[in-house]
Amino acid sequence: MANIKDMAKQKELFSGGHRACAGCGAAMIARQVLLAAGPDTIVVSATGCLEVVTTIFPYTAWNVPFLHSAFENAGATISGVEALYKSWIRQGKYDKKLNFIAFGGDGGTYDIGLQSLSGAVERGHNILYVCYNNEAYMNTGVQRSGATPKSADTTTAPVGKVKKGKEQFRKDLTGIMIAHRIPYVAQSIAGNWRDLTSKVEKALSMEGSKFINVFQPCRLGWGYEPELTCEMGRLAAETCVWPLYEVVNGVYRITYKPKVKKPVSEFVKLQGRFRHLAKPENKALLDDMQATTDKNWEELLKKETFSAATQENAAKPA
Amino acid sequence: MVKTNTVARTGNEAMAEAMRQIDPDVVAAYPITPATEVVQIFAGYVADGLVRTEFVPVESEHSAMSACIGAAAAGGRVMTGTSSQGLALMAEMLYIAAGLRLPIVLADVNRALSSPINIHCDHSDTMMVRDAGWVQIFSENAQEAYDNMVQAVKIAETAKLPVIVTTDGFIISHGMERIDMLDDAEVKKFIGEYKPEYYLLNIEKPVTVGALDLTDYYFEHKRQEIEAMCQSKPVIVDVGASFGKLSGRSYGLFEKYKMDDAEYAIVAMGSTAGTSKIVIDKLRAKAVKAGLLKPRVFRPFPKEEIADALKGVKALAVMDRSDSMNGHEGPLCLEIKAALFDKALNKVLLNYIYGLGGREIGLNDIENIFGDLAKAAKGTGMEKVNYLGVRE
Repeated sequence: MANIKDMAKQKELFSGGHRACAGCGAAMIARQVLLAAGPDTIVVSATGCLEVVTTIFPYTAWNVPFLHSAFENAGATISGVEALYKSWIRQGKYDKKLNFIAFGGDGGTYDIGLQSLSGAVERGHNILYVCYNNEAYMNTGVQRSGATPKSADTTTAPVGKVKKGKEQFRKDLTGIMIAHRIPYVAQSIAGNWRDLTSKVEKALSMEGSKFINVFQPCRLGWGYEPELTCEMGRLAAETCVWPLYEVVNGVYRITYKPKVKKPVSEFVKLQGRFRHLAKPENKALLDDMQATTDKNWEELLKKETFSAATQENAAKPA
Repeated sequence: MVKTNTVARTGNEAMAEAMRQIDPDVVAAYPITPATEVVQIFAGYVADGLVRTEFVPVESEHSAMSACIGAAAAGGRVMTGTSSQGLALMAEMLYIAAGLRLPIVLADVNRALSSPINIHCDHSDTMMVRDAGWVQIFSENAQEAYDNMVQAVKIAETAKLPVIVTTDGFIISHGMERIDMLDDAEVKKFIGEYKPEYYLLNIEKPVTVGALDLTDYYFEHKRQEIEAMCQSKPVIVDVGASFGKLSGRSYGLFEKYKMDDAEYAIVAMGSTAGTSKIVIDKLRAKAVKAGLLKPRVFRPFPKEEIADALKGVKALAVMDRSDSMNGHEGPLCLEIKAALFDKALNKVLLNYIYGLGGREIGLNDIENIFGDLAKAAKGTGMEKVNYLGVRE
């Protein structure tokens, strides 16, 4: 388990001086993931905020080998890197143990890069894919994505005189990844370093394809003050808008259960993208968001109970 | 010259055999007619332990090229194969592979692009990516397909550019021919060991690959890539000559067949060059001074050398197995015209768009073209662009 004192003493693998916005959650995620992974790590990134702000030539924020090729192919690109590694290990040309980590935003992961990711994990490459999920296409200026929650205001599903933001629910990408039956799938947040780093450590200790969907507040796209990023992440967990859980070889474990579930409005009221939900005429939308959050949380609790029971049954002698 | 083994192989088998002998670190590929066999046969070699390659059976051609880029950037010798829609789907990644200067080798079995969907040969797929920054080498037959694949590895790694080797779909890919193969050990010696300069697996010396260039650096990096393409010309010539010493089959940028005193020349790439040679032999027996210029390397385009080789002809026919949709002529014709223009050679030049979607081209067609050239040379009003064998 990572210890914050030890981590603070480590060499920074993700250096400061990059061009991310003040209060950027993606930079925080990348830094913490690398602190947990250590220096023997190769990173691939999809096109997106993280790649743009960290690699403006001739500068780089990456003190580990880093490759970016395109937007929709981080899964396939890291597959190639890992395949070469396997080939060299087999040929006796290489003997060091390495981690292979791919980063993609929600655009590069939920949408345009979903096929590439699905292919990579179906083939079972020994990789960890980290989605820094800020719930919209932030790099191009806050357009809706498959990860954007219902009712959020984005530039391609804006709140107007008739429309009230995105009209569809966000897709459950974590669920899609669980359905691939890979050894490790988890949800985490920017704003809880211990949760994130321990999940990264656990994922990297396992062979095969691993996936972590990290909820990443974006002060620019969500419209909140930059010092609130961690707070926003924690509120997502405390309201169960973004539950923290992991699925290890098919067994669900909720890693954080709020003693008292905060109302969704606590999370929503601080964000510009949900400003319209404060209006009395939009109360139904807010109620809908609360109802969906509750339903999803109840479902998750049941899945945890069910998979634990299945485990127990499997362990019983016939 | 070393001992060779004479065998019967289709074009696809010949390319797969070359890949077996090359024994690349990684092959990532996705099936598509008529290139499927190349990687399918190769997957068999992997299953039988005849190669040490890590084979990545990806879920699309886009991912195939992306995985190739990952593996090549990581430091490996990397190959793939595809055709038509597959090459089109890869197009985005082909530019990136070239821009990152990764020496990937791609076997492309030429097939028409949709729509209408068609599985047969034309050159529209390769032409679609002609400006992607890949060296492009066309093969006339299965022997050349084999020879070009072996040479491509050395060209790519020396020039630090990716290389496409093409065959004509079905005509070469599925046609059984007699080919001479080198011994496995000779191929390995010829291509040598690949030693990348910068690579991701060199964990002690971390590099950032694929950084963002803005207005201040993009142009310089592209200029370097353009220069690499220019500099690849002597590399291709050197590799072709040393391959000749080894195998007895030398290669240059293009082939001249009975061109020394030719009055009428045909310019054709791929399998049609072979058909043309038979017609030329027949016409020569009738004292017609016919010749063939077969561009082998389409990228980089050897324009000075080709213009010099066409200096003496009275009239020439440029054969395009694809169209540029520019409303006037095919892509090879444009290159040839530009080459002639730069040497102030104003020739009688006919362009033939032929063989789209696998439409047959026979000996008679080519003989008729030489007839057209004789007429055109006398100024008897031939169409500048002709669509050969199409019903209109």
